[in-house]
Amino acid sequence: MKNPLESLGMTVSLGIVLTVVMVILIEIIR
Amino acid sequence: MLFDYSWWTFFFRWLHVLSGVMWIGHLWYFNFVQIPSMPKIPDEQKPAITKVIAPAALFWFRWGALSTVVTGLILAYLSGYIGNALKLGIGDGNHKFTAIGFGMWLGLIMAYNVWFVIWPNQQKALGMVEATADEKKKAGRTAMLFSRTNTMLSIPMLYAMTSTHFY
Repeated sequence: MKNPLESLGMTVSLGIVLTVVMVILIEIIR
Repeated sequence: MLFDYSWWTFFFRWLHVLSGVMWIGHLWYFNFVQIPSMPKIPDEQKPAITKVIAPAALFWFRWGALSTVVTGLILAYLSGYIGNALKLGIGDGNHKFTAIGFGMWLGLIMAYNVWFVIWPNQQKALGMVEATADEKKKAGRTAMLFSRTNTMLSIPMLYAMTSTHFY
């Protein structure tokens, strides 16, 4: 299977998903 | 007032942003411009990138990364929250320390990738150190994937860095 990071679009999409996860974590663990 | 404590805090914030633009600017150049353009360049013209442009870009990229970390740690220390941020603000009840802490840890992981994964592998891939053709190919792929990892991490990292005034 191709590594998703080989695609620039997938890299940016994963970055946005990680941002949402991080925002939720900031709310939880502060 | 000029040269008082708050001025030095501002001064290191300025240096931190300058360094960060130097670093992430080159990271995005590699990922948004250079890597996708390489397959479109005729083989006989590729050395212009691999022998001239990429080594110069990598120089400003890796020293920008180190400078961003050093000025960032000084800034966090001067701002009085380095300890709170590094422990992600757990138990502090303050979103600001958690947010800046996530940004700091993401930035530290990214800087580690630059110096200890991307740079050694790029030296092999670009022929700056001895490597077999097979090692070069493998090193190029590793460098590319970690560069992409850093591009992915730069998105939440910059959210964390710039959201502290909101929190």
